[in-house]
Amino acid sequence: MKHIVTINKANLKKTAAKGGCGKCQASCQSACKTSCTVANQKCEK
Amino acid sequence: MIHKYKLNGLNIVLDVHSGGVHLVDDITYDLLDNVSPPFEEECPKWVIEKMMRFHDERDVITCYNEIVQLYNEGVLFSEDDYEKYAAYSVASPVKAMCLLVEQDCNLRCEYCFASTGDYGLGKRMHMSFETGKKAMDFLLENSGDRENLELDFFGGEPLMNWDVVKQLVEYGRSREKEYGKRFRFTVTTNGMLLDREKMDFINKEMSNVVLSVDGRKDVNDRVRKRVDGTGSYDRIMDKYKEIVELRDHENYYVRGTFTKYNLDFAEDVVHLYEQGFDQISVEPVVSEPSMKYAITERELPAIFSEYERLANIILEHDKQGRHFNFFHFMLDLDQGPCAIKRLRGCGSGNEYVAVTPEGDIYPCHQFVGIEKYRMGNINDGTFNTDIKKEFAAAHIYNKPDCRKCWAKFYCSGGCNANNYIYTGNILTAHKLSCEMEKKRLECAIMIKAAKAAEEAGVLSE
Repeated sequence: MKHIVTINKANLKKTAAKGGCGKCQASCQSACKTSCTVANQKCEK
Repeated sequence: MIHKYKLNGLNIVLDVHSGGVHLVDDITYDLLDNVSPPFEEECPKWVIEKMMRFHDERDVITCYNEIVQLYNEGVLFSEDDYEKYAAYSVASPVKAMCLLVEQDCNLRCEYCFASTGDYGLGKRMHMSFETGKKAMDFLLENSGDRENLELDFFGGEPLMNWDVVKQLVEYGRSREKEYGKRFRFTVTTNGMLLDREKMDFINKEMSNVVLSVDGRKDVNDRVRKRVDGTGSYDRIMDKYKEIVELRDHENYYVRGTFTKYNLDFAEDVVHLYEQGFDQISVEPVVSEPSMKYAITERELPAIFSEYERLANIILEHDKQGRHFNFFHFMLDLDQGPCAIKRLRGCGSGNEYVAVTPEGDIYPCHQFVGIEKYRMGNINDGTFNTDIKKEFAAAHIYNKPDCRKCWAKFYCSGGCNANNYIYTGNILTAHKLSCEMEKKRLECAIMIKAAKAAEEAGVLSE
């Protein structure tokens, strides 16, 4: 493409069908304790 | 839904429902203001005519075709079809616990949301081994098929009740195998009581350690004071360096709070990096707006600009091979959490609870003392599943401000405690937190985009 560069490879939609296993860390436990950022958690499946 | 913005000379387009992130040139950026699905086979004439005022016709047509191609590939203007998944995880097991082993503290930090340890309850308490043990049994028994159990030793200052912490870790290790589970212990400490024995134990047993410090000495000591009013910086910094060194600089955070007093908090992040730390979190204070250190809407422009400055500092450091992580800018665009995880944020009150020294169960540490949300007690075996259901239902599609927000799959509905404390309703977004979160996300995505632009060698100005 000449005008657009897509920088990520994953598609969130594909993660929905097999997601929700619950193995990943509760986001608040990692560092914050007073705010919420989920997207920096890792998938542990 | 798309979200597009300009930052640091880059035109960035986020496709909200696929998570697609695109770098686009100026023509595409303008064209996206004029086109949206359903797409015609050819670019509509009125669009071409309008765009031709500033751009070449052939470029407009090529851009249009590229946009349509990405739409057909499902990474631009993709549909929101996740709501059906929101009903999942309602009966989630409880897998994470914040254990308030000590409701007392040896610091008197001005801004403490736990009211310097006692959570505003007027009594300073230690958790007994018996209560801690029952809390761990609760977690073992209510965690269903979850194998990884998270238990954070929190306070107050948890190291003030060190013997109980050690006993509880030992107890957890003795029980986890029979349940086929693994405890991941973590501890959040102010460092005042750290010594070599505690460091060695923490480094052996704790999968993460959060070390509280606000940054520069004057910034830290202005608010993080000892009981006698003197600052804590000199007492803790060498200890933090030692414990981090001993755990090979892995799985830790130095974690600070910024307030109205240090709106130049990027300097504090840099200071922490220069002290030898590379896992850094510095977060906005949570407080009543009337407090003199509080962050209010008036401070937002300065905070936005500081987050942008910090993002650039990080990019510059990276170029020099001096990498460090800033917690709120960390983002994995390719292997981050699944869409289901992103519907509900931290899981407070549903898969995550806090337990006080008296055994009371709350949705998280920030709800402690709010009677309405006391879920039960470890000692008498009570656990209010109606409250659990209320929190399970606190997903982005039940939060009116969130369902239409571009950031919903990154913050996942924000902090329920902040929502309740500021708006009186866990489902009502706290706007101030949202604005800061959105700015952080824009910066985090920009950092990824800037690196990609450099690699691609195109589109950047």
